[in-house]
Amino acid sequence: MSIAFDTIAFRAPKCDGCGECMKACSAVKQGASRISIVPGASAGAFEMALCRQCGDPKCVMVCPAGALTKNGASGVIDWSADKCVDCLLCTSGCAYGAISADPVGGRVIKCDQCGGDPACVSACPSGALEWGGAGSIYNRFGEMEDMFVPGLAGCQGCNSELIMRHVMRRVGRNSVLATPPGCIPGMGSVGYNGKTGTKVPVFHPLLTNTASMLAGIRRYYDKVGRKDIVVMALAGDGGTVDCGFHAVSGAAERGEKILYVCVDNEGYMNTGMQRSGATPYGSWTSTTPVGDKLKGKTQDAKNMPMIMVAHRAAYVATASTAYMEELYDKLDRAIEASFKGFSYLHIYSPCPTGWRVASNKVIEACRMSVESNFVTLWEYTPEAGLRFTRSPDRPIPVVDYARTIGKYRHLDADQLAHIQAKVDEQVALLKRLAGEVATAPAALAAAPARTSTPDGAATPPLRHETFRP
Amino acid sequence: MPEAKYLLVGSSHAGLEALRAIRRLDADGSMAMLTKDSQLPYSPTVLPYVMSGRSKPDAVILRDRAFFDETGCVYAPGQAAQSLDTKARLVTLADGVQWRYERLLIATGAAPAIPPIPGLQSVPFHVLRTLDDAVNLRTRMGLARRAVVLGAGLVGLHAAETLAEAGLAVSVIEMKNQVLPGYIDAKASERIEAAFASHGIKLLLGRTATQVAALDGGVSVTTDDGRAIEGDMLLVATGVKSCTEWLAGSGVEIDRGVLVDDRMRTSAADVWAAGDVAQGLDFASGERQVLGIIPTAVEQGRIAGFDMAGDAKQKPWAGGLPVNTYRFFGRPAVSVGQAAAEGDGFEVVEQEQPRKYRRIVLADNRLVGIITVDDPFDAGIMGELIRRRVDLGAMKDAFLADPTQVGRRLMSEMWR
Ligand SMILES: Cc1cc2nc3c(=O)[nH]c(=O)nc-3n(C[C@H](O)[C@H](O)[C@H](O)COP(=O)(O)OP(=O)(O)OC[C@H]3O[C@@H](n4cnc5c(N)ncnc54)[C@H](O)[C@@H]3O)c2cc1C
Repeated sequence: MSIAFDTIAFRAPKCDGCGECMKACSAVKQGASRISIVPGASAGAFEMALCRQCGDPKCVMVCPAGALTKNGASGVIDWSADKCVDCLLCTSGCAYGAISADPVGGRVIKCDQCGGDPACVSACPSGALEWGGAGSIYNRFGEMEDMFVPGLAGCQGCNSELIMRHVMRRVGRNSVLATPPGCIPGMGSVGYNGKTGTKVPVFHPLLTNTASMLAGIRRYYDKVGRKDIVVMALAGDGGTVDCGFHAVSGAAERGEKILYVCVDNEGYMNTGMQRSGATPYGSWTSTTPVGDKLKGKTQDAKNMPMIMVAHRAAYVATASTAYMEELYDKLDRAIEASFKGFSYLHIYSPCPTGWRVASNKVIEACRMSVESNFVTLWEYTPEAGLRFTRSPDRPIPVVDYARTIGKYRHLDADQLAHIQAKVDEQVALLKRLAGEVATAPAALAAAPARTSTPDGAATPPLRHETFRP
Repeated sequence: MPEAKYLLVGSSHAGLEALRAIRRLDADGSMAMLTKDSQLPYSPTVLPYVMSGRSKPDAVILRDRAFFDETGCVYAPGQAAQSLDTKARLVTLADGVQWRYERLLIATGAAPAIPPIPGLQSVPFHVLRTLDDAVNLRTRMGLARRAVVLGAGLVGLHAAETLAEAGLAVSVIEMKNQVLPGYIDAKASERIEAAFASHGIKLLLGRTATQVAALDGGVSVTTDDGRAIEGDMLLVATGVKSCTEWLAGSGVEIDRGVLVDDRMRTSAADVWAAGDVAQGLDFASGERQVLGIIPTAVEQGRIAGFDMAGDAKQKPWAGGLPVNTYRFFGRPAVSVGQAAAEGDGFEVVEQEQPRKYRRIVLADNRLVGIITVDDPFDAGIMGELIRRRVDLGAMKDAFLADPTQVGRRLMSEMWR
């Protein structure tokens, strides 16, 4: 297997141009900064120039002195001060403005990632610079055994397949898996022709009884002394927040020692994209259509992970595949907690087919959902309480996220305002749970959530969802 | 008979980049690189630094033996190609050995062009193109007091500086009225000329050498104004010519270099050419020219390599862009594109300051060339702006004020 490398990522919308990264770089490198932040197209927007440690580096190829080399172990393009003849040809090879002459001294300078602990990232107060550990994750988990058959029949770009494979690589063979009806068994994990699609025992329980069945399996393993087995579910949101809810709630209340992973694609996508209790307000689904009268779903989604917090489950966390480092950290803690009590991991999973998202934009959708606070990343234990694992401060407007998702294409300004208000309300509530001071958000804006049961009246009654601290 | 699916002749920038491109598409097709050089690959560009002693001859190699083992490419040094038979697909070497190829890359680069000056062939003189040349020059330089350099191009100026820094009295004779003709404009040239003068180097611009004669151990060069310039050593740096002699009779079409199309194919089937030996598209003029610089050699080598390995998805080449990064006495002079252009259709903005000089050439609100002295910039970004014909629109003034900042911004937006 080839190896991948960690990189410094730049999130332009978060950058406020404070320049701390450049100061930190200059200080550490005792010269001009290797990272440069420059004014962007509009006031307050910023752009960045920094070495991308290209896999196919042109600076290396035009160097006549053999002074630049791609380091096969670190991925960094190394510069040799001894070999360099200061000819500046490398600057002609870089289309990023990332290798340039130091105004003082005149030698070329470029980022070396500070050996894996970049000073610019540590200094960045806005979160615009991030040290992305995706390369290490790829190397580490790429070596692990995959627990599914190759060629699962997920849709192109499906995020759930990524989640399934990653989670099960980490969990390993010592596990019993339940996959209630939904995309996960639907794409072939339960198997064909009497053979399972996994290398571990896999069950296909009813939509309603997954958590109860797993409770029985765990108790039996406990009874025969096999305390090393991870007893777990990979379930969809329908089987968790709706049909399977009582079983999940009961298992959590009884403290059953189960790892319950909910892969939330905001609806019954497998059976034709029907709405679920996890479908957000305004979404187009096949049962909440968009036409003259209806404009998508009229109710807000229930927040299942917060409901699990209310159960005081042994561990509750939310995760997104745009942030795999975090996902893995949480998975580790979730597995550990599943030997002590009910452990609940809620992973958001945009559905390219059902949400009308281009297959190559799914991870971007994940990222924007988090950056807009539409999805918040946090974890909870009864001992430590709730804490954000990614700051919800300085979010991008929800409308920026919604615009990238086809199922929200029809939303009007009032509906968008409603979603924004709902997001703000959720964040405020979470902040209070996290012990952070929060101001009460404005009351939910126009176009409030409504019941979908027609009451015969021309205008459905308003349901006031005002946040009261 | 030795044979290879991919036979690369020449071991410098163009050949090495082709090797890399081929291996990205074809991991194990048999490959061999033949070269006249007896060493591992090195770049002619590094030679002034070998001559000055800054770089040790064994520290300038671009690839080691292990690289060739890892990439599965036979490296055959000391093998000069002498003729090519495109029908039988055979390359014949100086020692008579024949190599059979399926696909051939001509990457034999260029060699010094020796001008027809009366008497020149009967005196000892130096050139600077190979590692051996550089080592010889270094040895000779240590024994001489006065040097004459013919030509004020990149090679001549680099060598003149090195000779002067080593304590020699140096005269440079250049036909044109400025240094680095073709690369830079007259004003930039003036700054470089002044630096050379202040280091005691005599620049004889606008002068032609008409006669060369031996002079007890040294030479005497007569110029068209009747002066005799004497030296203990002579360096001829009046330009280069593509190494195409070995292709005589092969049927491969040659003008000033081997003529290539936008995928570096020559007129012969399964024969490609790249680098200083090739005459390919020039971005600005749309005509075929030999640009003779590393960035072009690398681009052409890559395109040739991908095409040789059968990459059907390549975009046709938009053409080469002149790029020149030059240092004189530690000071940078950098140019990209039509930096010296003037006249109809060009908007020229010259910014002359005591400590730096900048000349930006626009056409139709788009950058077409830029040169600076003592103010280095992101040459790669400027190249992209030119190649992509980016309309500067309302940003023009900001760009003229700070090309680096605006260039970085535009690229950052583009790559995101
Ligand atoms: C002193 C000097 C300074 C320079 N400075 C710059 C600069 O600052 N910037 C810049 O961009 N460019 C510069 N150049 C030009 C640059 O070096 C060339 O453009 C570049 O090396 C071209 O690469 P190439 O692969 O086409 O050919 P070359 O580098 O010329 O290599 C040709 C190869 O072919 C081999 N060969 C030749 N004939 C045969 C044969 N018959 N059989 C087998 N092998 C053969 C040679 O041994 C060599 O390996 C400079 C050149 C010199 C000499």
